[in-house]
Amino acid sequence: MNSVLKGSSFVLVHAPDMLIHGGTTQTTERIVNPDSEYLRKLPEHLRSFEEAVAYLPNQVYIGNKTPTDLAAAGDVWFDKPLQSASRFGSFGEIMPQDEFYLLLQTCDVFDLVMLDKDFVKETLPRFEKHPLVDAELLALVREGVDISEIEKAVNNEGAEGVYQNGKLIGCVKKAHDIDVNLNAEVIFENLISKASCALSLMHFIKTTGVEKSAIDLVLDCSEEAVGDMNQRGGGNLAKAAAESAGFVNASGADIRAFCAAPVHALIHAAALVASGTYENVVVAAGGSIAKLGMNAKDHVKKDMKALEDMVGGFAALISKNDGVSPEILSEFTGKHNVGTGSSPQAVITALVTEPLDKMGLKIADIDKYSVEMQNPDITKPAGAGDVPQANYKMIAALGVKRGELERAEINDFTAKHGMPGWAPTQGHIPSGVPYLGFARDDIMSGSIKRSMIVGKGSLFLGRMTNLFDGVSFILQANSGAGADAPDEQAGVSEHAVKRLIAESLRELARSMGAE
Amino acid sequence: MSLFINRKVVVIGDRDGIPGPAIDECLKTAGAEIVFSSTECFV
Repeated sequence: MNSVLKGSSFVLVHAPDMLIHGGTTQTTERIVNPDSEYLRKLPEHLRSFEEAVAYLPNQVYIGNKTPTDLAAAGDVWFDKPLQSASRFGSFGEIMPQDEFYLLLQTCDVFDLVMLDKDFVKETLPRFEKHPLVDAELLALVREGVDISEIEKAVNNEGAEGVYQNGKLIGCVKKAHDIDVNLNAEVIFENLISKASCALSLMHFIKTTGVEKSAIDLVLDCSEEAVGDMNQRGGGNLAKAAAESAGFVNASGADIRAFCAAPVHALIHAAALVASGTYENVVVAAGGSIAKLGMNAKDHVKKDMKALEDMVGGFAALISKNDGVSPEILSEFTGKHNVGTGSSPQAVITALVTEPLDKMGLKIADIDKYSVEMQNPDITKPAGAGDVPQANYKMIAALGVKRGELERAEINDFTAKHGMPGWAPTQGHIPSGVPYLGFARDDIMSGSIKRSMIVGKGSLFLGRMTNLFDGVSFILQANSGAGADAPDEQAGVSEHAVKRLIAESLRELARSMGAE
Repeated sequence: MSLFINRKVVVIGDRDGIPGPAIDECLKTAGAEIVFSSTECFV
């Protein structure tokens, strides 16, 4: 029996100072070209929180606007701020950087995050008003220390500075004197991933209404390596984030596969639930500080704002079949195998048409494809093209080759079966999953019947293989036949009929024995 | 095709476009010598 997509959440954290101090484009530039014009100009190109909230793709990410709204607004959005926009959306929120620093401290169980007492005093009243912040969480925010203590830790003790509006307001201390896997930079990076994952989990509970205690397992599918010198990447960020979110009955495990990890994790989750091992599995990920400002050199060169200032996060709940939610078709997944080959034709065949062939479907039978949903506002000015469009064109081209589409229909196909990208370039965050929230809504409202979620990963970046990776699955409207619980509206369930027949037979046997 | 005969070629492929190994195969049949090939992820 297929498992179902029960709900999801999507969060963003506005992180302009983290972009400057933690993005690898900037940290590399400070090493190789510390006096560069780029580093000098970059602060003038940072967005305010209000600008980040008024940015249409961010509003789509948190569910206040839809992919259809985005498509209707042309193909450039950074110059069209919304007149009215909220930081909270139906899928989650956009959290300002200063509040996130307090959340970061609540996720730090080793007292490694120190914040300036004046900063805490100033930020706490706003953090207290956050609808998801309760007394238990608030109790984890420490009073703060004198700024001189933070300066000493940063200047003399290997701590990583934490900044707000260019001013030092805190630090993250190293967790080991020698082990580079536990240095301050790595701890900061991992805490950011953990805290943004925990924020996604908190929102997911709110959006789905599911009890925290009902979650059996969390699978983290981010790209951070948590561990020490003896087990670099030892992991279980999932369980750490589940602890912060208060999922007391959940275990956790990490799934790592570069950007393809979310789709791998969802396939794992669907199988674990379908097999009966668990009832409720959450797939979740926080974001990446390293990727902030990855293309900012080009944005600055083109006199744009540095748009990669958002740390992303998401969570999705996979549950046993409720007879209502969209089903994940576990038997019809796509995967790029070791021997598949790397030509676009081979890749799209493995990910898209092989599962469709197994089902006897054609390319156009999938109403919406969710591929690599990177925001082209970010990538096009940097010369990286429009990634979702490139993927849609490859799918359409294969359709033409298979005789399912006419060449002249390619553009119509990409418009109808594709979407413009809206996700920040946070690696795993744009990879297939940003559409999950809309997919559930669209399928349940009947506006679409099927969606294919495709994730790709750049394994070659780790220098262990030249291979790339990709996996896919299909979400489909619930057939209504697979509900585990008896449906009162459907009358007596099959299970109940069998039970009645068995009881009657036992009664008959007893009466015959008595005679 | 003769453009690549006996030429040393550096290949940089794109994961969401044409990956390096696919470009290699095409260039090899055109007579090129691949001296370096890599696929990069630009997102």
